[in-house]
Amino acid sequence: MTTKAQAVLDWVDARFPLTSSIKGHLTEYYAPKNFNFWYFFGSLALLVLVIQIVTGIFLVMHYKPDAALNASGIPAAFASVEYIMRDVPGGWIIRYLHSTGASAFFVVVYLHMFRGLLYGSYRKPRELIWVFGTLIFLALMAEAFMGYLLPWGQMSFWGAQVIVNLFSAIPVIGPDLSIVIRGDFVVSDATLNRFFSFHVIAVPLILIGLVVAHIVALHEVGSNNPDGVEIKKKKGADGHPLDGIPFHPYYTVKDIVGVVGFLIVFSFIVFFAPEGGGYFLEYNNFIPADPLKTPPHIAPVWYFTPFYSLLRAMVWPLFGLDAKFWGVVAMGAGVVILAFLPWLDRSPVKSIRYRGPIYKSLLALFVVAFAILGFLGTKPPSYAFFGVIPGAPVAQLFSLYYFLFFITMPWWSKMDKCKPEPERVTG
Amino acid sequence: MKKLLTALLFTPLMALANGPELHLDKAPISTEPAALQNGAKLFVNYCLNCHGASYMRYNRLQQIGLSEQMIKDNLMFTADKIGEPMRIAMQRDEAKAWFGAAPPDLTVISRSRASEFGSGADWLYTYLRSFYRDDARPTGWNNKVFENVGMPHVLYELQGEPTAKINEHDDGHGGKSKEIEIEAPAKPGKMTAEEYDHAVADLVSYLVWMGEPMAETRKSIGTAVIAFLGLLFVLSYLLKKNYWRDVH
Repeated sequence: MTTKAQAVLDWVDARFPLTSSIKGHLTEYYAPKNFNFWYFFGSLALLVLVIQIVTGIFLVMHYKPDAALNASGIPAAFASVEYIMRDVPGGWIIRYLHSTGASAFFVVVYLHMFRGLLYGSYRKPRELIWVFGTLIFLALMAEAFMGYLLPWGQMSFWGAQVIVNLFSAIPVIGPDLSIVIRGDFVVSDATLNRFFSFHVIAVPLILIGLVVAHIVALHEVGSNNPDGVEIKKKKGADGHPLDGIPFHPYYTVKDIVGVVGFLIVFSFIVFFAPEGGGYFLEYNNFIPADPLKTPPHIAPVWYFTPFYSLLRAMVWPLFGLDAKFWGVVAMGAGVVILAFLPWLDRSPVKSIRYRGPIYKSLLALFVVAFAILGFLGTKPPSYAFFGVIPGAPVAQLFSLYYFLFFITMPWWSKMDKCKPEPERVTG
Repeated sequence: MKKLLTALLFTPLMALANGPELHLDKAPISTEPAALQNGAKLFVNYCLNCHGASYMRYNRLQQIGLSEQMIKDNLMFTADKIGEPMRIAMQRDEAKAWFGAAPPDLTVISRSRASEFGSGADWLYTYLRSFYRDDARPTGWNNKVFENVGMPHVLYELQGEPTAKINEHDDGHGGKSKEIEIEAPAKPGKMTAEEYDHAVADLVSYLVWMGEPMAETRKSIGTAVIAFLGLLFVLSYLLKKNYWRDVH
């Protein structure tokens, strides 16, 4: 570095922790050298967050959160989305990046969370990283839900109507709470405008704050790895972990490969199947919102359907409270219970590589349960597999399993026959 | 508990009734300019009186090989300027009084009509070939795909007047199930059955094109993007391998 540049850098460093931050988070942040495929999804989630923010900024330039009908009888919000798709140069690509990005966000986040389950990334000392992570997931669900109202299509409108109505099932405060959320007695222009405000300002701010906390906490304790052993326990003469390598350049160049691989899949959807077979852009959402016409079947977007199935599984009123209320409780508990995972898992080892058969089979069944709950959530309750096996009781059975997996974990995780962990990572 | 038992008791029945099956014909749609132009002609002449296409500007028709002058002379009946969208004069509240429901905007109709039974094009192609005479309906027309639709058969002068044989039989649950069998018109219209199917295919091709006029551009850009990313993937992989050669 030239002396002049060094002088400028020194000047900055005396006033701002620039060099020390770069060292602490990149060039001298030691990450385990044995990260595998599953470790791409954290950086990919960050990439998708950036894609969503950047495309979102440009969408807001032409989008109009307005439910009033234009001269042709079309709500202005719906028409403005089609205006972006047709009349704004390059608008279609920005919009497809954003709509595909929403689904991609959940794909990478679900895989990122599953990585945590595989390798016990939530275990001590990373409990707070996991708790921040579940809060990010919760914020992401709020962000996606409110964003979905904005195109003001039939599914936007009726999906919001159904979900906001759920809050009215809460005893005492419920009915007033749902009016506060909507800003009206039905989903209307007031709802559209407040969801717009939350979607573009409030929730993204919370999301970014939580992501920063998630990463700061991660860099404080260091990353877990597929072996679930602490690399900081074995340090070399230079004081750096023997099994650690600096994040930059090793993982920056490796993550570039992951990013390009992801972008290939992502671009394939954006350019060749932006509707995602009706799962990413629902067909009914190409019909403008009509408060007087309820669609025969209202299905949430795919990433909410496992939790929607938990909600629908509760069909019994209990303790004098509506079944609907218990459905809401089940759906909320389904997300919140994730945050308790660090304290539910009592296994002596972290990684699935050294866990016994109980964890392996129960986790496999959990994945099956989650997938089937997700699938059934896209179908009406009357759905039957192959026309013979009724879907509703299957969903109830798997909902029960979803919760039992977590609630009984303290016992079976302790009982499981684990293999001894190695001293060092195994590559 | 009682509710659960009743629910369980009825689930096998519900399983059989997973919603009505909809049999759609595969639409032989095309992206050829000739087909799209013919479809545009049919659209402007037969649809764009009751239905608008309010996000579709006339000058975009240049994309399917028409000149501004050709559009102005042959297709622009309801607008003064070529940059205007395809609006209609009919008022929505009046339309509602006349037809029972205001005719929907058709710009993105092909995208909204897709379902598990087929693409939006398949639905439209089947729908426009499923009208039949029904004197019980105020318009005198009914439709097999969209029962009791408010829309009359606007293409009847092309197809003729199909009739239908309606077979009702017990569905085994104490109800009646209806089977509609459409019969060819006794006197054909201006077109033979084959010509009519072809014309409807062109019209549907146009509706699909209008639903997303940049669809073809999207795919060609996509091919270039993925080719570029494929190359970048190889390079980034080699870069990673080179950096990692001393990590064991």
